[in-house]
Amino acid sequence: MNAKGTVHKFGDNVDTDVIIPARYLNTASHKELAAHCMEDIDKDFVNKVKEGDIIVAEKNFGCGSSREHAPIAIKASGISCVIASTFARIFYRNAINIGLPILECEEAAKEIKSGDVVSVDFNTGVITDETTGKTYQAEPFPEFIQNIIKKGGLIKSLS
Amino acid sequence: MGMTMSQKILAAHAGLDEVKAGQLIEAKLDMVLGNDVTSPVAINVFEENGASSVFDNTKIAMIMDHFTPNKDIKAATQVKQVRQFADKYDIKNYMDVGQMGIEHALLPEKGLVGPGCLCIGADSHTCTYGALGAFSTGVGSTDMTAGMISGKAWFKVPSAIKFNLIGKPQGYVSGKDVILHIIGKIGVDGALYKSMEFTGEGIKYLNIDDRLCIANMAIEAGAKNGIFPVDDITREYCNGRYQGTPVEYTADEDAVYDEEYTIDLSTLRPTVAFPHLPENTRTVDEIGEKEVKIDQCVIGSCTNGRISDLRAAAEIFKGRKIAKNVRCIIIPGTQKIWLDAMHEGLFDIFVEAGAVVSTPTCGPCLGGHMGILAAGERAISTTNRNFVGRMGHVDSEVYLASPAVAAASAVTGYITDPEKLG
Repeated sequence: MNAKGTVHKFGDNVDTDVIIPARYLNTASHKELAAHCMEDIDKDFVNKVKEGDIIVAEKNFGCGSSREHAPIAIKASGISCVIASTFARIFYRNAINIGLPILECEEAAKEIKSGDVVSVDFNTGVITDETTGKTYQAEPFPEFIQNIIKKGGLIKSLS
Repeated sequence: MGMTMSQKILAAHAGLDEVKAGQLIEAKLDMVLGNDVTSPVAINVFEENGASSVFDNTKIAMIMDHFTPNKDIKAATQVKQVRQFADKYDIKNYMDVGQMGIEHALLPEKGLVGPGCLCIGADSHTCTYGALGAFSTGVGSTDMTAGMISGKAWFKVPSAIKFNLIGKPQGYVSGKDVILHIIGKIGVDGALYKSMEFTGEGIKYLNIDDRLCIANMAIEAGAKNGIFPVDDITREYCNGRYQGTPVEYTADEDAVYDEEYTIDLSTLRPTVAFPHLPENTRTVDEIGEKEVKIDQCVIGSCTNGRISDLRAAAEIFKGRKIAKNVRCIIIPGTQKIWLDAMHEGLFDIFVEAGAVVSTPTCGPCLGGHMGILAAGERAISTTNRNFVGRMGHVDSEVYLASPAVAAASAVTGYITDPEKLG
């Protein structure tokens, strides 16, 4: 499984209120949530984002509320993967549970720039910045979490 | 190797004698919680996956508190969906307008959580119940679904940071000031993935409402949970209230902590978190007399909507008036708190001062309804987050403070040290 796309870069502590503001939580529609993704941090994000694009951010991505609407909005907007130095723990769980690929890699998070084209190999955790030619090694998921992903998400892994 | 309080509760619920930090376990749940924003997503996942039963209809709580009384048609539709699900599966603790309160004020009050229990909730402030010696943590909707179906959840056993609280808080210093001070010290990711364990002789000076407030904001330091040991204050609160069997866990003497801090509560000062992160703290002594002008004051939420919070605000408002052009909104956390406040005469004080009193709701805390900010407006609020756009327009600002500081600020129209009120 691989991803390749153009990078949208963000900084530290991107919280779930800016990923999907609470004023839009009166719906669970993935399409409606995606229409407001990142609205309070980058008004133009929904116009710029293309299918397969990648979000790169620095530390504590997804902090704040437990709203699963946040990774849902990101995934439904077309984003194929989020790379960050660290993730807030509830966002981390939610992303895995809904099948939004995420990777922790401090070096990649620091160095990769907005507009770079990046490819990711989820089997090896290797991130390649095709614009600069540099490669990075992300932390692999623990086996337990790999099994959840392989089985197609948390609910399917229950049986 | 010794275990922390949190590790002992997880071990007991996983049927293990011992767990270690980093270990992945599956544990039995005593309570699974959702609200009107997160339950609809959980129900969709439940139905999409063809589930047909819940593990225990007495151990699921669905509390309609975020956008209620329903703020618009979409919100009403979401609550309707949850109500129909609760009817179908006979969910005993479904609570809507008339019974509900703000979930993290309501569950402890109703005795649905208590010492030694393991609770997950599809709301990040589920960590509140650690105040009662429970292990409780926020999760997303899919985890809630898995919990509702199986009665279990997977956890990575957290390591911990120990906060040794000593000394007695002075003057207007409350639980809110303690937790804002700590977040200011360690940062919004200072406890990422970890437990925050609050202990030490100073906790005897913190009442149950102070402790609920402190544990509530553990998530604002990135923590998985916050927890207090059980003592006479906890027992007095939970006896005759907690519907389960209380089990008291204490950390082993040789428990290992990643870090330890000693906080002398007697040296703390009323503290305010400036926009746009809870870690941007300043004491009231570091804020100029007319430095921060405010347009709105909110006193309420799962952090500070309890009876002691309302009493602290009333003490300030008694015989005073709220400044011109400041809207002050007071939100008792539950129906019981609302009645207690009314019987104590607090509503007379609030209304005579020029405040309004709302029905219980999360409302303005998350920019839902009942007090939204326009561009350029500033609120002082006893809530828990001051992120960009949290309470309304993306160009509005939220300053987090205790009920006493918020009330004093409403009186002067500027962020104010309650001690300096004339």
